[in-house]
Amino acid sequence: MSQAVVAAGRPLAAGASQVRTPRRGRRLLASLRGRWLARLALLILLAVVASGLAAPLLAPHAPRVGNLLDSKLPPVWLSGGDARFVLGTDELGRDILSRVMYGAQVSLIVGISAVILAGAIGITLGLVAGYFRGRIDDLIMRVADIQLALPQILLAIAMLAVLGPGLQNVVLVLAITNWVTYARLVRGQVLSVREKEFIEAARCLGVGHAAIMFRHILPNVMASIIVVASFAVANTILAEAALSFLGLSVGPDVPTWGGMVAAGRDQIITGQWWIYTFPGLAIMLTVLGVNLVGDWLRDYLDPRLKV
Amino acid sequence: MGTYIVRRLLQSVLVLVGVTLLVYFILFQTGDPTFLSVSTDASQQEVERVRHLLGFDRPWYVQYAEFLGRAVRGDFGTSLRQGLPVTSIVLERMPATLELALSALLISLTVAVPVGIVSAARRNSLWDQASMLGAVLGQSAPTFFLGIMLLFVFGGMLNWFPIGGRGQGGPGDELRHLVLPAITLGTFSMARNARLVRSSLLETLGLEYVTVAWSKGLSEPAVVLRHAFRNALIPVVTLIGLDFGALLGGAVITETVFAWPGVGSLVVRAIGQKDFPVVVGCVTMLAVVFVAVNLLTDVLYGYLDPRVRRV
Repeated sequence: MSQAVVAAGRPLAAGASQVRTPRRGRRLLASLRGRWLARLALLILLAVVASGLAAPLLAPHAPRVGNLLDSKLPPVWLSGGDARFVLGTDELGRDILSRVMYGAQVSLIVGISAVILAGAIGITLGLVAGYFRGRIDDLIMRVADIQLALPQILLAIAMLAVLGPGLQNVVLVLAITNWVTYARLVRGQVLSVREKEFIEAARCLGVGHAAIMFRHILPNVMASIIVVASFAVANTILAEAALSFLGLSVGPDVPTWGGMVAAGRDQIITGQWWIYTFPGLAIMLTVLGVNLVGDWLRDYLDPRLKV
Repeated sequence: MGTYIVRRLLQSVLVLVGVTLLVYFILFQTGDPTFLSVSTDASQQEVERVRHLLGFDRPWYVQYAEFLGRAVRGDFGTSLRQGLPVTSIVLERMPATLELALSALLISLTVAVPVGIVSAARRNSLWDQASMLGAVLGQSAPTFFLGIMLLFVFGGMLNWFPIGGRGQGGPGDELRHLVLPAITLGTFSMARNARLVRSSLLETLGLEYVTVAWSKGLSEPAVVLRHAFRNALIPVVTLIGLDFGALLGGAVITETVFAWPGVGSLVVRAIGQKDFPVVVGCVTMLAVVFVAVNLLTDVLYGYLDPRVRRV
């Protein structure tokens, strides 16, 4: 009996969302009107994604090899600049522009996948904690407290020192160090949503715990999650850059923005500022773009959320 | 109030035990540190003997229990590299880290609070838009890049400030060494706090009691500062504790960039050298500082706002 009700409910829900989706998309786009910063941010991100994706096609040079004869050439507009290397070259004669383009790959891949993984862990644990309450809630929240007592970057450094560098390890570590935010956010919201009548109705109809959590409660907290996740992408890109800077990220062979800044650090005195400035600006612009998009999404989806 | 403090204290102790367990467990996976204490051509027998002597042949929970028993008495063992007690190595560097983190917090608040207030009071003015754009920029700059740029401009090009280390020639010299690292570390929190003060104040300014204050004919400073700002401060005060944790974490990067002789640069080096006891000691003591600061802000907060005590 209960199965029949749920089965009957499913096409209805799907139908409802089909009607709503296009309107929602149009409203989201309409909210861009007058927000020139958000539009600028979307353009920046588009450019970063494009240069990361198209780096193998567009980059003028190979990112990992250079000629020592071309070492430390300044950008093309300075005296001594070489037209082949628009943004100059590093110590090993590698083209800065090409390396900055390739560097976008690691930042974007790590930033996005670590946030998705952290979200998956944190949302699930937050749902479980807030929905079941009691001992499991206590356990999850105490673990969260313990993790919050450790500065995130410190925990990430310690874990990467153990696991060793590598793309998967960086994603894993940044996910593990960031799940708490989602867990606490989701738990807090679940506590209020679970008392609503429609949840009680679902329970009376015999809907299972997992279905109530993921199909009935989760959509109600999704707006806040999207907003928090968008800012988390920015902070994760920053964290990855910091780890690369310390030499703990994906390994020395892969061009990363943080790694490039670290390599240029020794040139502060000797004055080859372009070696660390361009990758540093790339990080800053990308993170700025993500933050501005986050601001826009917050104002649109959940203006009362404080992030 | 008494029971609230006791309960928070017990919670803090539990959290700290959890932290040590977590760190110990993670670092236990790094493998056997015996090899750092024997010469490279030592025989298998010699390695076994040293391993047994150092206690690395026992299960991890036995080693952990022993570690915890000693740690509560302030003994974190001996550095595998320097042969000195970990506690004294870490404590020697702790003042430098605290000095850096507190200066950064001070810079952050002295800039963020006035900027946030003016932005909220003059919403959508040119000042508001410019300072909020500045805040987003501040939140987007990686600490290490900011540090290097400041070093390049003010240390290298203009030669106003020294490019690293902690001053030793009197207060003036110490201050000159502190300026750039403190600004570097404080920028992110400054940007976030400015935004927070602004949004929190905007929210309070919309409340009815503020309308009452306006309609009484009070001046703008009286309404904004005396009535609205006090309540707007509540979320800011709560976040200062957490902010301090972020500053301690950021200190790891900042200290590395500026060769600042604090716990942050120590832990990065110790991880590179696999100096296991030093890493555990650093992380635990940083966590102790962080937990203590949070306990303090929570108790203070419970004192200021009685509603919190019952939660």
